[in-house]
Amino acid sequence: MAIADPRPVIDVPRPRESLSELLARQGTGFWVVVVLLLVMPALANPFWLVQIVAYAMILGMIALSLMFLGGYGGIVSLVQMTVAAFAAYLVAILGDSAITQISMKWPWWMAVPVAVVLATAFGTLSGALSVRTEGIYTIMITLAIASAFYYLCLQNYTIFNGFSGFNGVLPPVFLGVNWGESIPFYYLALVCTALSYWAVVYCARAPFGLALQGTRDNPRRMAALGFDVVAHRIAAYAFASVIAAFAGVLLVWYQRQVSPGTAGIGPVVDILIIAVVGGLSRPIGPFVGALVYVVLRTFSLDLLTAAGLDGRRYQLVIGAGFLAIVLFSPDGLVGIWQRLRERHRRSREAKAAEMRIGGGEP
Amino acid sequence: MSDFIARRPIWSLVILLLLGFLLLLVFTVWTPGMEAMFGRKRVFLSALFNGITLGALYFLVASGFTLIFGLMRNVNLAHGSLYLFGGYVGYSVASLTGSWLIALIAAFVIVALAGILMQVLLFRWMEGQDLRQTLVTIGVSIIAADLLLWSYGGDTFQVTTPEWLSGPVQLPFVVGLRSNGDAIMMTYPLVRIAILIGAIILGVAMWLALNRTRVGMLVRAGVDDRDMLSATGVRVQLVFVMVFAFGAGLAGLAGVVGGTFQSLQPGEDTKILLSSLVVVIVGGMGSIPGAAMGALIVGLAEQFGSVYMPTYAVMLTFIIMVAVLAVRPQGLAAVRR
Repeated sequence: MAIADPRPVIDVPRPRESLSELLARQGTGFWVVVVLLLVMPALANPFWLVQIVAYAMILGMIALSLMFLGGYGGIVSLVQMTVAAFAAYLVAILGDSAITQISMKWPWWMAVPVAVVLATAFGTLSGALSVRTEGIYTIMITLAIASAFYYLCLQNYTIFNGFSGFNGVLPPVFLGVNWGESIPFYYLALVCTALSYWAVVYCARAPFGLALQGTRDNPRRMAALGFDVVAHRIAAYAFASVIAAFAGVLLVWYQRQVSPGTAGIGPVVDILIIAVVGGLSRPIGPFVGALVYVVLRTFSLDLLTAAGLDGRRYQLVIGAGFLAIVLFSPDGLVGIWQRLRERHRRSREAKAAEMRIGGGEP
Repeated sequence: MSDFIARRPIWSLVILLLLGFLLLLVFTVWTPGMEAMFGRKRVFLSALFNGITLGALYFLVASGFTLIFGLMRNVNLAHGSLYLFGGYVGYSVASLTGSWLIALIAAFVIVALAGILMQVLLFRWMEGQDLRQTLVTIGVSIIAADLLLWSYGGDTFQVTTPEWLSGPVQLPFVVGLRSNGDAIMMTYPLVRIAILIGAIILGVAMWLALNRTRVGMLVRAGVDDRDMLSATGVRVQLVFVMVFAFGAGLAGLAGVVGGTFQSLQPGEDTKILLSSLVVVIVGGMGSIPGAAMGALIVGLAEQFGSVYMPTYAVMLTFIIMVAVLAVRPQGLAAVRR
C-alpha cells in the first residue's frame, strides 16, 4: 500500500494555495518577525546573533522535527536529538576535524549529504523499531535507543573517538564566504530554519500530513479506510529525521566540536522540554520554546543571583517552569498566547455587540 | 510453563540445553581447554553471581515501575529519582541511627509517602492523559535531581553494610584445584547473597499477594479494565494510591540496597531508570514475572558484557532490547490484549 493515497481527500479544511497566496494570508505579526529576523545582523551584536538567535534556531529545528512527529503524528520521540548528533558526528568523521587519524577529510559537499542521508536512515530505522509498539511505549523505547547511542559514542574509540569526541570541525568556506563568521552563519541558520518551517507547514496540509493527522486521531479508522498506519508513521519519522539531520550539521558547525555530551540524556530531554514548553500544536512553538530555553540557560546565572538565589540552580528553574507549563497549559506558550488572543477577541466582540444593542434602540 | 513446552517444543529444548550447559559450567572443574575458551572459572562464576544479584536489584526497582505502569498506564520517568532519593534517605538514617534495617524501613516509608504525594497532588488530576503524566514525571525528575544535588552535593556515598551481613561466605562451587588436588571453593560477599534471597522472597510474596489476596485481585482487575472495576463500586483511587505508594516504596528500598553494594551519586537516577526501562521493555510491561525475567537477563548481560567484551557492555543490553522488540514487541512475558 502506497503512502500517498490516490483517492481525493474529501473535506480538506483549506484548499492548496500557491506561495504568494500563502504569504498574502499572513498577518502583521508574521511580517514583523520576518523583517526583524532579516535585519537582525544590523541590530544585534555577534554574541546575540550567533549564541542566542542562531543557536535557538538550531535547537528549534530539532524540536520542530519532534513537534512534527508529536503534533501531527501523536508520536513523542526522544530520538530526534540523537539523529542530529549522529549527523554531527558523521560530518566530523567524514569531513575534516582536529582528530586527523579518524576524519576522512571529504569536502563538505560530499560529507554533508552523506551525513544527512545516513542520519535519516538511522532515524527511520529507530522509528520503524519503535512504531511496532504504541503510544506511551514509544517514549520509553526511543529513550532507550537514545541512551544506547550515547553509550556507544562514549565507549567507542575507533569511530566515535570516545569521551573526547571531535573538535576543530570548521564550517566550510564556499563562494568566497567563510560560513563560520557570525553574519554568514546567522543567515545560513535562518535559511535552513525558514526552509524546514515551510516544509513542515506545507507537509501538514499535504495529503500525507492530513493522513498522518488522521492516524493520530483515530488509527483504527484510518486503517479501516485503507491507509497503512505503520507506513505513515515510519514516513513521518523519515521526514522529521531529515530536518533533525540538517540541524545536526548546523549544530556541529556552530559548536565546532561534537562529543558524547551532545547526545546525552540531558540534551535529549531538553529537546522534549523545548518542544513542549513552546507548544506541540503549531510549528512556531518549538522556536518560541528554543528561544526561551536558550535565553534562560544563558542568563539564568545572572537572573538567579540578581534575585538573591544560588546561581547554580538553573536546572531547578527549567524543571519548575516545564512542570508549570505542563500542568497549566498543555499546549505550551503558544497555547497561552492563543488563549489570550481569543479572550481579547471575544471581549472585544462582546463589547461591540453590547454597543450595537445599546445604539440600535433609539 | 507446561503450556509453553507444548506450544514451543524446539525453543523449550534449546532453553533446557542451555540451562544444562550452564549448570555443567558451574559445577564441573574446568579443563584447560575450557579455561582457554571462557577464561578463568573464578571470573566466569563471579560474573554469573554478580549478574544475578544485579538482576535482583533491578527487579526491586523495575517491579515497582511495572506495577505502576500496568495499573495506571503511567510511565513514571521519575522512578530513578525515587530510587536515588530512597538511597540518600537510607544513607542519612543509617548514619544517624547506625542501623541498616531501620534505614531500609525508613527509606521505604518516606519514599512511599513521596509517591502518595505525587499521585494525590499530580497524577490524580490528569488521569487518562498518558503523555501529560509522563511529561510531568520528567519535570519532577529534573527538579528532584537538582534538589538532591543541592542537599547532598556531588559526592559519592555508600551505605555501610551491617556487621551481620559483611564479609565473604564460602559457596559450594569449585573454582579450581590446588596443585595437591584440594578444591578451591568460591567465596562471595554475604550481603549480595542476602539481597538476592530478599529479592526472591519479595518477588514470591508479591506474586502471592497479587494472585491470592483480595487486594491483589483488585489490582489485577484494575490492570485488566479499570473503568469496569470502578463501575463495580471499588474505590479505585484508593487502589491507585496504594499501588503507587508500594511501587515508590520499593524504589526507595532498592535505593538503600543499591547504595549498599554499589554507590549513590548524582546521575545514578538516570542510570537506574534506563536499566528499569530496558528491563520492563524486555520482560513485558505491567507483568511482575516479566520484570523478574527481564531483570535477570539485563543483569547477566551487563556483567558478562563487562567481563567478556568490556567496550560494548552497555550496548549488549540495548542489543538485547532491540532483538526482543523486533521479535516480540510486547515483551517476553506479557500477554497481548
